[in-house]
Amino acid sequence: MSLAAAAPGPGTLVELGLVFLGLGILARFAGRVALSPIPFYLLAGLVIGSGRVPDLRLSEEFITTAAEIGVLLLLFALGLEYSGEELGVALRSQVPAGVLDAASNFTPGLLAGLALGWSALSAVLLGGITYISSSGVISKLLADLGRLGNRETPVVLGILVIEDLAMAMYLPVVSVLLLGEDLEDATVAVVVALAAVLVFLAAAIRYGERASALLHSRSDEVLLLMTLGLVLLVGGAAIRLQVSAAVGAFLLGIALAGPARDRVAELVEPLRTLFAATFFLFFGLQIDAADLVPVLGVAALLAVVTSVTKVAVGWWAAARAGIAERGRARAGTVLIARGEFSIVIAGLATGAAGVHPDLASTAAAYVLCTALAGALVTRFADPLAERLVLGGRPPRTGGTRRTVT
Amino acid sequence: MTEVRETPLPGVGLRYDFTTRSGDRLGVLVHHGGRRSLLVYSAEDPDACRATVDLDTEDAITLAELLGAAHIGQSLAAMQQEVQGLAIDWLTVAPSSPAVGRSLAELAVHTRTGVSVVAVLRGSETLPAPGADTRLEAGDTIVGVGTAEGMQRLYGLLESG
Repeated sequence: MSLAAAAPGPGTLVELGLVFLGLGILARFAGRVALSPIPFYLLAGLVIGSGRVPDLRLSEEFITTAAEIGVLLLLFALGLEYSGEELGVALRSQVPAGVLDAASNFTPGLLAGLALGWSALSAVLLGGITYISSSGVISKLLADLGRLGNRETPVVLGILVIEDLAMAMYLPVVSVLLLGEDLEDATVAVVVALAAVLVFLAAAIRYGERASALLHSRSDEVLLLMTLGLVLLVGGAAIRLQVSAAVGAFLLGIALAGPARDRVAELVEPLRTLFAATFFLFFGLQIDAADLVPVLGVAALLAVVTSVTKVAVGWWAAARAGIAERGRARAGTVLIARGEFSIVIAGLATGAAGVHPDLASTAAAYVLCTALAGALVTRFADPLAERLVLGGRPPRTGGTRRTVT
Repeated sequence: MTEVRETPLPGVGLRYDFTTRSGDRLGVLVHHGGRRSLLVYSAEDPDACRATVDLDTEDAITLAELLGAAHIGQSLAAMQQEVQGLAIDWLTVAPSSPAVGRSLAELAVHTRTGVSVVAVLRGSETLPAPGADTRLEAGDTIVGVGTAEGMQRLYGLLESG
């Protein structure tokens, strides 16, 4: 009975059970204090990783694979969120804000990396980490704070869409660079990867609807299994083409359209939650908490600088759209939170040659700072704007009470 | 017709909003999954929502029915389109009307206006397909079917006999 021999022993199940139970308790706590659970998953990984708690030796293999699937599903779900049409709308209206966003938030990370004496590649990675806001944390904040209907929200979402498109270009480039080839080979590989991405995007917008019709099925079971299979296949194929697996999954998400899209989004969500939580835990596991202390200063400084730059971008973009001061402050502060994609970038680089060993711990410390600070600061955006800009002028009637739904 | 603005929200859905005649701003957010949120904008910060009410499909239908005047208007308009030139109208018999106390036959409603009286609404009571000897009372509502000009003549008949 070879099957029985390959089956996990009771120890593995107990270990995994404790892991998921623990993550569940953390998520519940995060919900209580109205924060994103991502920093808590990271912390849990850090604590376990530093040997305070017995190591997860038995379930290591499962957690490693699950974390990889987690990245694919995170990016796939992100691609699913936007239709080609929405991408077009965001591109038309928010490109200037997107350019300012990239310039002002990528640069601090890049400069910090170079100032620390890291390799150019590590600095580029750190730039990516400080650039991209967390659409997961932010869309949850917008819903929790009852801001989805606000007039500044389309501006915020437009900036997020552009960041995600920028990721589709950035990830294949860095994954080629991470292979550590010499400059000539790398240039060719980058051009090939970018061309593949662009061709795929164009095809997705053009033929996505028809291709998705083939996938669509009335049966949720068929749809779920076929989708998951496709995500893993495309992810694997993307690695072969030297485009990162995550980018493959993201593009597949964008390509899905029509009636299949909404249903798939609903079906994949619980899976994404499960595997993404495992990914954040896994990332924390790889970092020794002791490594966090020396990078804390740099991470905190970067967090402060890039919070200011994000607020400035949101403020400016909202002002362009004719939003008043308070709305500008809300748009700026909500963009502060970094999260899953900063970790995805750092996760890609972990262990690769030519990447500074402090990159992962710096990314973890940085995400912990910005995810928590961003969620807190934006809650107080209204009083902040009144104090800073409106000169302490009290609101005309009653104050802005929001119904949280 | 009030101007309704449509704004796409990438990853969320579509937002519709308009300003009411009294100056309040209202909106409806249609999420990708079909869920709807009713949005009430704040007066002192027009960019923010004072209240957001989440509605599932059934809630949304209930609310639409409660606000149903437009609904009835629409179905009537549809009916009029179906039969070209046909008008349906509700006319009230004023207490001062010379028609009070007289029967439909005495008024010769059909002969003089071409309008068929399909019902008379009296208080909470409905008299469907009233006979020629039905006498009108003050406050009755006459439901008539005919041409638009016929309706005008019936109106004049009720006003001045």
